[in-house]
Amino acid sequence: MKSAVITFPGSNREGDVIRALHQASGVEPLKIWHQDHELPQGTDLVVLPGGFSYGDYLRCGAIASRSPVMDAVRSHATKGGLVLGICNGFQILVESGLLPGVLMRNAGLKFICKMQHLKVCRANTPFTSAYKKNQIIKVAIAHGEGNYIADDDTIAMLEDGNRIAFRYCDAEGDTEKGNPNGSINSIAGIYSKKLNVLGMMPHPENLIEALVGGTDGRGLFASITAYKGAA
Amino acid sequence: MQNNIAITPELVAQHGLKPDEYQRILDLIGREPTLTELGIFSAMWNEHCSYKSSRLHLKGLPTKAPWVIQGPGENAGVIDIGDGLACVFKMESHNHPSYIEGQMGFHTRYDGNILVNAMAVGIAKADEIFYAKATGVGNPIVYLGSKTGRDGIHGATMASAAFDDAAEEKRPTVQVGDPFAEKLLLEACLELMQTGAVIAIQDMGAAGLTSSAVEMGAKGDLGIELDLDKVPCRETGMTAYEMMLSESQERMLMVLQPGKEKEAEAIFIKWGLDFAIIGKTTDTLRFVIKQHGEVMADLPIKELGDQAPLYDRPFVETPKRPEIDPKSVTPPMGNANAIVKLIGSPDFASKRWVWEQYDHLILGNTVQSPGGDAAVVRVGEGPRGLALTSDVTPRYCEADPFEGGKQAVAEAYRNIVAVGGTPRAITDNLNFGNPERPDYMGQLVYCIRGLGEACKALDFPVVSGNVSLYNETNGRGILPTPTVGGVGTVEDVSKTTTLAFKAEGEFILLIGVTKGWLGSSAWLATIAGREEGAPPPVDLEAERKHGAFISSLIQDGHATACHDLSDGGLAIALAEMALAGNMGAKIDKLPEGLPNHAALFGEDQGRYLVTVKDQAMAAIILKRASSAGVPALMLGKTGGQELTLPGESPISLERLKKAHEDWLPSYMTGEI
Repeated sequence: MKSAVITFPGSNREGDVIRALHQASGVEPLKIWHQDHELPQGTDLVVLPGGFSYGDYLRCGAIASRSPVMDAVRSHATKGGLVLGICNGFQILVESGLLPGVLMRNAGLKFICKMQHLKVCRANTPFTSAYKKNQIIKVAIAHGEGNYIADDDTIAMLEDGNRIAFRYCDAEGDTEKGNPNGSINSIAGIYSKKLNVLGMMPHPENLIEALVGGTDGRGLFASITAYKGAA
Repeated sequence: MQNNIAITPELVAQHGLKPDEYQRILDLIGREPTLTELGIFSAMWNEHCSYKSSRLHLKGLPTKAPWVIQGPGENAGVIDIGDGLACVFKMESHNHPSYIEGQMGFHTRYDGNILVNAMAVGIAKADEIFYAKATGVGNPIVYLGSKTGRDGIHGATMASAAFDDAAEEKRPTVQVGDPFAEKLLLEACLELMQTGAVIAIQDMGAAGLTSSAVEMGAKGDLGIELDLDKVPCRETGMTAYEMMLSESQERMLMVLQPGKEKEAEAIFIKWGLDFAIIGKTTDTLRFVIKQHGEVMADLPIKELGDQAPLYDRPFVETPKRPEIDPKSVTPPMGNANAIVKLIGSPDFASKRWVWEQYDHLILGNTVQSPGGDAAVVRVGEGPRGLALTSDVTPRYCEADPFEGGKQAVAEAYRNIVAVGGTPRAITDNLNFGNPERPDYMGQLVYCIRGLGEACKALDFPVVSGNVSLYNETNGRGILPTPTVGGVGTVEDVSKTTTLAFKAEGEFILLIGVTKGWLGSSAWLATIAGREEGAPPPVDLEAERKHGAFISSLIQDGHATACHDLSDGGLAIALAEMALAGNMGAKIDKLPEGLPNHAALFGEDQGRYLVTVKDQAMAAIILKRASSAGVPALMLGKTGGQELTLPGESPISLERLKKAHEDWLPSYMTGEI
């Protein structure tokens, strides 16, 4: 599997996701500078990593979404290529129009870093085949603007289209509880219509080793590797 | 402002220079200084940059050990951590600006005195460390990072002045950090260092361009010539005086290998940062500043630093306080209730509200998160790691600066030992009041002596540090606060211990001597309402012996949990272990010959709690302790959802947790 991890000015979790992809696939992902106009030939997966691109000035992800490389990412997505946006990467995806909705300031108005339970809403996608439907996983969150908001029609479209990837929940899987940031319907991640673009606020890439918090994040990278390996 | 205006006594005073210090300048250069030169002297000779009140006493601190690569005097301290790697660390304060610009520091003003100490720890290859010392004549001096503005002018002078209610007038001098620009600068510098183009590097911190350039030149026995017309400026019409004293953040000064300018510039352009060659090294040992073709300053570079005033300020020793006999204190409330009250008091309440607002999981190497004795961070892919902690008990330092200084180091040592680390070195941040007052100066002097004594006895040298004096508002100084940041090495991060009780029915052992020391204790202050008595003495030999014993238990894999005892004593340590593991304990036995409140809340030093998996292991450990000459006592067993102490009513974990977790969030929302 060939993956490309985009680095923007202010990206800071690119190394974390590179480590997770390498662990899952055995292949070192390529680091791509945001000023590049093209993705490497044969790229299977593009990752927009976490961070605070452009200092979160204007709106989180807004300036990065206008980077030269984003045209190439858009065209990759249009052709059905896989795109994963984590945290600031999710914010860049909504700012660039690849996913609907917006990520507002957390309801509590504070940056939150902690371990967080998620419910895997569907397991039949390129990103989640290694999980079971409704499985509860524990990963990290670290964001100040993760409050997912969209108009009623958009939410209905996402819900009816089965495009919710993950919801925040408590240890028992109750999505009414444990919502850390006020997101509508406890939405932690969403898919594009064709399920090839995933944006999520939590950090599965930080939960890949028993010694460092746990291994619940591995499934996501294993799923992508299995999908591309099979293709 | 003209550069060659007459220097009046008023102007000298406005620059924070005393008349005798100004005379020293006149003697040194043999003429009246220009305005820019006066500014440069005031920046270099203030307390923050010259350590003029503390330097004499700091000399007594131990700074060497076989693993120390770089001690104090550089940008940061460096120690060898094995495998060709080094750990680089430093603590900084941002005390004075935080008082004026509350929003950038903390929300609340507590008595007007806010201490903000931050410690940064990094990893480097041991043979790829860059220093501030310039080498070679005629090499380009490069300015990197953000543009220079008028912010922070005389920040370092301000950081050496006490505040009064007119502090608002000083607002324009506060520099505001930009983490994004800092991140870009960091990335660009690291990338540039890979190219081999860097000879020397120094950040522009307090006193900005002045102090960074002087330090690079003076350390390398070279002169420095700067052309200010080349300095990237954010504002127009900046004078030489303003540019030399600006404390705009996110700026670095480098000496480059000649011929590498283009390569270096390309990297900075890539990161969207300013890059400008603003001068060169010379063989004149002069610090020459030019602007618009005119010489604005021409000063002897070595003397700017070396000839800074050095004061042996008068000081008085804090009077010794009497010891408190535990039997003489009648507990005003039951011990169970006192535990709940303490665990929900500012000193012991959970600081989750704070640490959850900082990203402590990034890089995926956090083996032990905040909330334990020390953080444990894996280095790269492991198995090696680092144990990090910061400690000080200002209450002790006020009561007895010498013992308090010792205790701060001893607690950092214990915290590193308790997670399975080997204590290696410290950085310190000495936050004190006005050194011109003999009582506050006495606190500084004796705290430093205490720190030094403990560092020496524990092989725990000081490799970097910071001094922040004049922390007082309206005549009232802060409690003496010599913050100690400790770094330890961990051979294998999979073999560290946490404080959490792990399983039901494990045996709890207390290591160390308990005499029921209540003087200056948290219990005496918070429960009995008495802030008095001598603080607990620190027996450094016992610290070392007990630490070695605990280390051996952890290395052999016998300790299932470990926690050091500090303020709040045995009771608080037990409660913290129970809360961390969400598991109670039944204690059958307490140290003998003491009233319960003294056994539970006494703050005797050099103690740890450990759990072991069963009775047979407990017996082995007790025997090992006995032959090592280490006092050890079996207290009871883990299990259940209550903490039960002999002769006291059981305390539910739920009640403890509520008290522990609720206080800080409620306080911050103004509910209490």
